[in-house]
Amino acid sequence: MKRLAALLSGTLFGIGLSVSGMLNPAKVIGFLDVAGDWDPTLAFVMGGALLVTGPIMPVILRRSRPLLAARFDLPTKKTLDARLLGGAALFGVGWGLSGFCPGPAVAALVPALMGGLPAVFVFTGSMVAGMFLYGRLARNQTQDLSRRRATSSQAASEARP
Amino acid sequence: MEDFTPVSGLIGGLMLGAATVLLLWLNGRLAGISGIVGGIVNPKGGDRGWRVVFVMGILLGTFVSTLVAGGRLVQVQASIPVLVAAGLLVGFGTRLGSGCTSGHGLCGLSRLSRRSVAATMVFFAVAMATVFLVRHVI
Repeated sequence: MKRLAALLSGTLFGIGLSVSGMLNPAKVIGFLDVAGDWDPTLAFVMGGALLVTGPIMPVILRRSRPLLAARFDLPTKKTLDARLLGGAALFGVGWGLSGFCPGPAVAALVPALMGGLPAVFVFTGSMVAGMFLYGRLARNQTQDLSRRRATSSQAASEARP
Repeated sequence: MEDFTPVSGLIGGLMLGAATVLLLWLNGRLAGISGIVGGIVNPKGGDRGWRVVFVMGILLGTFVSTLVAGGRLVQVQASIPVLVAAGLLVGFGTRLGSGCTSGHGLCGLSRLSRRSVAATMVFFAVAMATVFLVRHVI
């Protein structure tokens, strides 16, 4: 059932991306290019989505649990940190250079495959590589940290008489 | 403003919103695409299944839309080396910053999350500055 729900939501998400025109990076750049021939469509897409999520999400989150799962899985961090803002800035550079963010980059693989657009595969492949690289670095970091913690607690226990 | 399409933009946006509330209401998950794809690329725990199915849904929905709409929905203007660099930045940056246009921009803003509001302002501002530099300065 949970997988069926994910399929339904994903399908609607894919249709929404296509209908909105946001699959097309040229259109996204048309929004980001405020000094050029500005195309405000993206603001209408965000506005339309927020019109639904804004009022409905708080109502859903007031329930004790989702319909098909044991609990809501939500981010717990509350503070602004360098990782959040630095990550957002790196993403902004890549988004501005290409006009692709992750959703459209995945969805655009379909028209790319149907119409022969290898450039989309280049972008999405690199994006997945970037995610993989982050995952590896983050894993190494936690391993280093736990190793350091292990050695320092070992040192502490050895220092004890 | 020759390409301005507010009606289809608004309708598409309503559908994105509906998809987001559906996933939260049924599965208790936020529809943040970078997080969902990131969890497939670097799996943690045993929850890869619904992520793969969700991505398959995106591909299915886009396939149906492309069949119906026909024509070219996608125009890529950047060169291949720029696309490689941009892809790495988007992939790495969204994971480091815990979200993208859907996770921070859509879900986060609706939950009035301080982190998401800040991240959304940063990536929109930086993306606009990048486009300005590329199109009007360099």
